[in-house]
Amino acid sequence: MLWRAMRVIGTCALLATLDAGGGVSAQDAAHPTIPDTLQQRIAACTACHGAHGEGTPESGFFPRLAGKPAGYLARQLKDFQDGLRKYAPMEYMTRQLSPAYMHEIAEYFAAQEVPYGRSPLPRLSAEVLRRGETLVTRGDVSRQIPPCVACHGGQLTGVQPDIPGLVGLPYDYISSQLGSWRTKTRATVAPDCMAEIANRLSDSDISAVSGWLASRELPADMHAQAAGSVTPPLHCGVLGNKEGGA
Amino acid sequence: MKRALWLVAVILLALAGWWVLRDGTRAPVAPSASRVSAATLKDPALIAKGEYLTQAGDCASCHTVQGGQRYAGGRVLPTPFGNITAPNITPDRATGLGEWSFEDFWQALHSGKGRHGELLYPVFSYTSFTKVTRDDVLAIFAYLQSLAPVRQAPVAPGLSFPYSVRSSLKAWRALYFQEGEYQPDPSRTAEWNRGAYLVQGLGHCNECHASRDSLGGSQSKPALAGGQIPAQNWYAPDLSTQAHGGLAGWTAQDIVDLLKTGRSARGTAFGPMAEVVARSTQHLHDDDLRAIAAYLQSLPARAPAVADSSPLDTRPILAQGAKVYAERCADCHGKDGNGVAGVYPPLNGNSSVNEPSGINAVRVVLLGGFAPVTAGNPRPYSMPPFAQQLSDGDVAAVVTYIRQSWSNQASLVQERDVIKYRHTPID
Repeated sequence: MLWRAMRVIGTCALLATLDAGGGVSAQDAAHPTIPDTLQQRIAACTACHGAHGEGTPESGFFPRLAGKPAGYLARQLKDFQDGLRKYAPMEYMTRQLSPAYMHEIAEYFAAQEVPYGRSPLPRLSAEVLRRGETLVTRGDVSRQIPPCVACHGGQLTGVQPDIPGLVGLPYDYISSQLGSWRTKTRATVAPDCMAEIANRLSDSDISAVSGWLASRELPADMHAQAAGSVTPPLHCGVLGNKEGGA
Repeated sequence: MKRALWLVAVILLALAGWWVLRDGTRAPVAPSASRVSAATLKDPALIAKGEYLTQAGDCASCHTVQGGQRYAGGRVLPTPFGNITAPNITPDRATGLGEWSFEDFWQALHSGKGRHGELLYPVFSYTSFTKVTRDDVLAIFAYLQSLAPVRQAPVAPGLSFPYSVRSSLKAWRALYFQEGEYQPDPSRTAEWNRGAYLVQGLGHCNECHASRDSLGGSQSKPALAGGQIPAQNWYAPDLSTQAHGGLAGWTAQDIVDLLKTGRSARGTAFGPMAEVVARSTQHLHDDDLRAIAAYLQSLPARAPAVADSSPLDTRPILAQGAKVYAERCADCHGKDGNGVAGVYPPLNGNSSVNEPSGINAVRVVLLGGFAPVTAGNPRPYSMPPFAQQLSDGDVAAVVTYIRQSWSNQASLVQERDVIKYRHTPID
């Protein structure tokens, strides 16, 4: 417990060094001047996710938001609001937001251009990494696991407007998301394709996929692919009727 | 002879007990047998009036689960006696109010009894709703019956013994429930009476803005004097605007602004009140909001709070708090604690900073959050959560600092209070 508390305090110290403010320098003024910008309005978001949505790549605890497709980000806000994605601080934060405001916030972070940082990697054997590469690029037909590239794009940088990229993310973040689909702390509108796929993966598959993705060299262009450039092999609720196959 | 007398006494006592505690029974009135015709319930003007009143009563807040269909129920309401799940009030025949007549509905709101005469748990605020007029209840019923039916089965209350025995409510009702419509006070203006009607009846403000005793009865004397909301753990402030009142110095306009937009020159709505503003009060007409303000402004002055006589030397805590405040808070709330008009609320003289428990300030520092989104404030500013950044000691220090700076003279908050509220569920 004490160790945990110290870790939290450690994180605080790290966060304290991040500039979360919106360029306010009115420390000494009795009456601060507050810029009328979206960035200032969403100080509640940027305090943890960073002024430009850079997240905390060193720990993976606060995910990066910068450059993720706007439809995807808006969907996450809505899923927190509806309690489909479970994380009490985010559920509380989104409770009273309107769809229009959530979309505006999503657009803000989607438009941010921030260099990608590297995150610590666990030690994984070459064999595990090969299994990861196979799952990501070819899938596993015997267990009905489609390859990640089928939806997330050939370069794994995501597809506009609803599919996030998978490269440039920390190992801890990817593996904990795959785990949260299995424990039902992350869900979305039905049919929830990712929950289905995550449940077809074994524990070692999750390590393999997360490890291979997190260790991947980043492509020069990290932007999401154009809308409609993939044909997903599953019908997914989050993609509405815009895309989706069998 | 003596034994026979004893026996008679025991039998009489048992009979009396049975009579007092027996479950009330009543045959439901079928909609076809109702004195209100089906055509009346379909009157668009009545339905529109009902929609307005249903919003004024904030019925959706309890009768909608997170992410669920409006009015289909399912929200779990925690109470110190156990959890109660709000029922489905859409007109679904099997799981909602589809088989209900107006007579059944009136009995629920006015008398706190279910369709079969069973006593309802007072987490459903019939202690307030009993004041609503028959005409208004009819409009609400017409509106609810006009909704699309949603099939969502009710969940039985999860109460512990003896609260699980419905007839135990007889005693509770004898203590805390007075049935009867609102009676206008002829010595007051029509506006004041309208405000009193809304606040005491549909608005059910006293259900939160009053303290509750160990049996969950709400203190109605004096009314609206503030209290901690059980299980939710927020403090609903005293609503008197007079001397020593929780809203001392608030103008009628401040009250109208807060209820309409979620913010005012005196403070911003957050926690459960943000929800009330977003779902309910922002939709009220201006004249109703002004009536509410007029009534609240007539609440009497309160006794001055007893000065904090803590033997602790608070100087080191205040010094630590001042440092945290300068680093984390002053940029937005100002060194003078007066906030930024229309953007960030003042902390100086803020009712939620100065409320007796300190719980609101602690929780707002930990959770941060957005002001409610309203038509008058569609893109609200927000406060960062500091739960990840500040230790319990820092939170206690900065909250103590703001509670004892400028014109504020509230009690100190200790580290052990902060730990408690870190673990308070958010819903």
